[in-house]
Amino acid sequence: MVSTGFSVLTAIIFIPIIAGVVILFLDRKNRDLVRGIGVTAASAALALSLAVFFGYDNYVKQAGGLLETQAAMLASGAELSGTQMFVDALAFEQRVVWVESLGIAYHVGVDGVSAPMVLLTGMVAVAGVLISWNIQDRLREFMAVFMFLVAGVFGVFIAVDLFMLFFFYELAIFPMYLLIAGWGWVKLREYAAMKLTLYILVGSVFALVGAVAMYFAAGDYFSGAGADVLRVAVDGGILPPDSGAYSWSIVHLTLAAENGAFAIDILGIAGLNFAKFWFPFMFLGFGVLAGVFPFHNWSPDGHVAAPTAVSMIHAGVLMKVGAFAALRCGMQLLPEGADTHLPWMVFLTLINVVYGALIAFRQRDFKYVIGFSSVSHMGLVSMGWATMNQTGMTGAGIQMFSHGAMTALFFGVVGMVYDRAHTRDIPSLGGFMKVMPWVGIAFVIGGLTSMGMPGLSGFIAEFPIFQGMWAASEQITLQLGGFQLSNYYSVLVVIAALGIVITAAYVLRVAGQVFFGEFDAERFHDVGNIEMTDRIVLIILGAPLIILGLYPPIMAPMIESGIRPLIALLGGG
Amino acid sequence: MEFDLWAQLPSVLPEVGLTTLAIVVLFADIYGSPAARRQVGTLSAIGMTLLALTPLIWQPDPALFEYGVLLWGGMVNYDPLSQIFKVMLLLAGAVTCLMAAGEKGVGDKGEFYLIVIVATLGGLMMSSASDLILVFVALETLSIPLYMLASFRRGDQRSAESGMKYFLYGAFASAIMLFGFSLLYGFTGTTNLAGIATALGAGPGDNLIAVMTALVMVVVGFGFKISAVPFHFWTPDVYEGAPTPVTAFVSVSSKAASFALLLRFLTAVFPADLLIAGVVIQDFWVNLLVVVSVVSMTLGNVVALRQSNIKRLLAYSSIAQAGYTLIGVAALQGLNDSLAVASVSFYMFMYIFTNLLVFGGVILFISATDSEEISDLAGLNRRSPWLALFITVGLLSLGGIPPTAGFFGKFFLFQAAVNANLVGLALIAVTNAIIALYYYLVVIKVMYVDVGPDDDKPIVLPRNYAWSLGITTLVVVLLGTIAVTPIYDWAALGAAGL
Repeated sequence: MVSTGFSVLTAIIFIPIIAGVVILFLDRKNRDLVRGIGVTAASAALALSLAVFFGYDNYVKQAGGLLETQAAMLASGAELSGTQMFVDALAFEQRVVWVESLGIAYHVGVDGVSAPMVLLTGMVAVAGVLISWNIQDRLREFMAVFMFLVAGVFGVFIAVDLFMLFFFYELAIFPMYLLIAGWGWVKLREYAAMKLTLYILVGSVFALVGAVAMYFAAGDYFSGAGADVLRVAVDGGILPPDSGAYSWSIVHLTLAAENGAFAIDILGIAGLNFAKFWFPFMFLGFGVLAGVFPFHNWSPDGHVAAPTAVSMIHAGVLMKVGAFAALRCGMQLLPEGADTHLPWMVFLTLINVVYGALIAFRQRDFKYVIGFSSVSHMGLVSMGWATMNQTGMTGAGIQMFSHGAMTALFFGVVGMVYDRAHTRDIPSLGGFMKVMPWVGIAFVIGGLTSMGMPGLSGFIAEFPIFQGMWAASEQITLQLGGFQLSNYYSVLVVIAALGIVITAAYVLRVAGQVFFGEFDAERFHDVGNIEMTDRIVLIILGAPLIILGLYPPIMAPMIESGIRPLIALLGGG
Repeated sequence: MEFDLWAQLPSVLPEVGLTTLAIVVLFADIYGSPAARRQVGTLSAIGMTLLALTPLIWQPDPALFEYGVLLWGGMVNYDPLSQIFKVMLLLAGAVTCLMAAGEKGVGDKGEFYLIVIVATLGGLMMSSASDLILVFVALETLSIPLYMLASFRRGDQRSAESGMKYFLYGAFASAIMLFGFSLLYGFTGTTNLAGIATALGAGPGDNLIAVMTALVMVVVGFGFKISAVPFHFWTPDVYEGAPTPVTAFVSVSSKAASFALLLRFLTAVFPADLLIAGVVIQDFWVNLLVVVSVVSMTLGNVVALRQSNIKRLLAYSSIAQAGYTLIGVAALQGLNDSLAVASVSFYMFMYIFTNLLVFGGVILFISATDSEEISDLAGLNRRSPWLALFITVGLLSLGGIPPTAGFFGKFFLFQAAVNANLVGLALIAVTNAIIALYYYLVVIKVMYVDVGPDDDKPIVLPRNYAWSLGITTLVVVLLGTIAVTPIYDWAALGAAGL
């Protein structure tokens, strides 16, 4: 399976990087060429990510494909190997050794969870370039930095090497800072950019220390007690033949986790379990970027301060990077820690869902409404992870895609309204449906998605999460000293459903005030309809919501196949 | 043992070459025509770059450096550790000469290059010295030229003050270190580093406190050279007052050479298996260095937050960087010491290029605006997009953001720390890395976001700077991506000779 041959994923990472470097060398006055290269590179990346998505779709569904293999495995009743299932799920792999002595490799590949994310990133990249078409200030620098940001995000989703994942994760953060600080909303940008950067970095560097500890624990295990396990894995083709005991490969670390390499005491202190100690660092460290309460504070400010394209990629894709990395590095590598900690962390996600929605309801600023709605909806993703069962986690996987497209659409809408009306104050806007019907319709579609209306992708995502919560209720108990809490997931899910009601309330309020109601023709006399580029943005981001809502099999089986290895690792059915 | 000149010569070839180069430069400056004199800087840079190839061509025989091979009567170590440090010191000297060429009152005087070459010679000797006598001679050969360089602008009061301060502190630190050396010699009767360890281990063990005192004294001397807290007081003033090319040179050369020597000194004189009166001496110096490291990085970073002068900011940042690098030295207690040695060597390798890059950009900025205030960097992106980009890459590398070399540098240090069971130290270090990133980002923000009064006046990038900064930027990015493996593997070899 693993080859050093060229993978299309490599092209997806390097096309934006090369485009960014080329743009830096252009003449700054040649705006058309800058835009042309930007849109070409982003479109090429989108085209390739579509190819990856449908290629993977075929890989999953074809006769004798992944779904059938997994179904046969589950039916056989044999003990499941999560590592084996994870390796089977990877496709489009390429592996080139990077730092051999440390076991670091450039290793890319997608599974059922990351393939939709790659597609999402491609979509938002094109939309972001198009919506930045008319930026006046230093377009060249903006476009180049935006390209680097896109490359970093792609890199995280397709990394199969933990070191590489960190490399691209950090790579994405600096462009983010520069874009917000340099091109954001003047009133807030410096503060928000710095706050965002520091929050995210604090989380990730603590996770990095945890990752280094895992690397050594796994290496010590494989060079000692687990030498046979390693040899069997290499013979069985799970690991490449040149694998040493110490390696940063996620497959390698997953194998270590599954065989109990992390079930050790650290620093020789009895009872201080390695997996249980490091899990909060890994999960919450990345969870910062996913906006997990109480580390969500950077997100609304960051979203509001950022220029439209950056808000789109930020809320749309970057927050998913956090949720994805928390899944990959937290739950997959430290399943024992997940079993211990997620039963209480689910409360944090509940606060996200309800509190985020309540705050969103109270905002006057259009963009803050969307910013807090992101916090609320990302809470549903983490809540889905916390169910630790097939249904709930599949729902969370779909929610990542659905919310990504939806919130990017929302920020696009806000940007288009603000660019023409020059205000985001909800009470002073009104009747915009008349002058920009496309934007209004897009907002309504996005709004209905966020409420979870059947027929749109939000339903396909949120319903399984709630169902998974309900199902998890009987299996998960929380042990706090002598006190035991059981069956509480069912209570949480009822409260979380309340969050959806609040969502409906604020979406309808915004829609009613901004797009319907009285149009102030005098004040907004120069507000006109949107341009062609903007329409393309709305279509790119809006259409998937409807397609996925009407035809879930386009994505659901894929994500299901990606979640199965995790369920096997978590030890549930 | 019969003395075989041809077998021993490669170990000191760069030093011989540097001495020759120094003489050539001296004569070219005195007897050359005015046109030739202007090219002395280029000549020195090319000469040192070529000499940097010699350690690559004449590599020590792997069969020998398994146990370290001592040449020249036991004075000189011929092993991979010394080779990698020699290469980086020579390149640092070459880049400094290139960048100084346009600086008025510095680069137009031939003796500047002569002094840089002699200082580099001292650094080279330090990286391979294995005898107390040579250690001290090398240290002074590096230090005294640096004092002269700091006060190179004789007419400028700040420069003179900076040189004086540097000299007084430096002489004091040297004296303490020398006292430590004399104690060690007194206890053991030998000046050979490995010999001292043997004699200490075989001794009666009644001199534990005295040996520890000697150890502390030596660490004080090194602490001064690498500007670790609490021996850092000279750093901000000297950095601010000295001509900027000199600051750049001081900040990298003296630090790198001292770390090479520190690694060798501690592992040779106080190895892990040295017990005096049942006390493991290594535990003592590891704990000492952990404390110094934590204090250095924390103080350096916190104080740097308050700076408004770019050179002072970089001075405090360099104190913090010394703190990070000490993590790698403390990690020598780990089972796998090649991780520790490699992390320190790699960090210094990338730090040299990174710091020279930042200082190169700052030199240009100062000569164009005649200001050292960070706020005057405003709008630099509009005035000179390339200059702003070069400085940004350098600052990101100092902050440890990929795809620059600093990311790998920091990562290797943290990895070494975790491997040596210093998880707490690693956590403190990453927290510090965040604080540091804040002030680096502020500088970047000023360049890219803030609007200055001179936004419409472009800064012209002279050709020699465009080349030297462009190449350094490329090196910093390559060291953070595809060039990691060869340099890291080479650096990891260094442990074998210790």
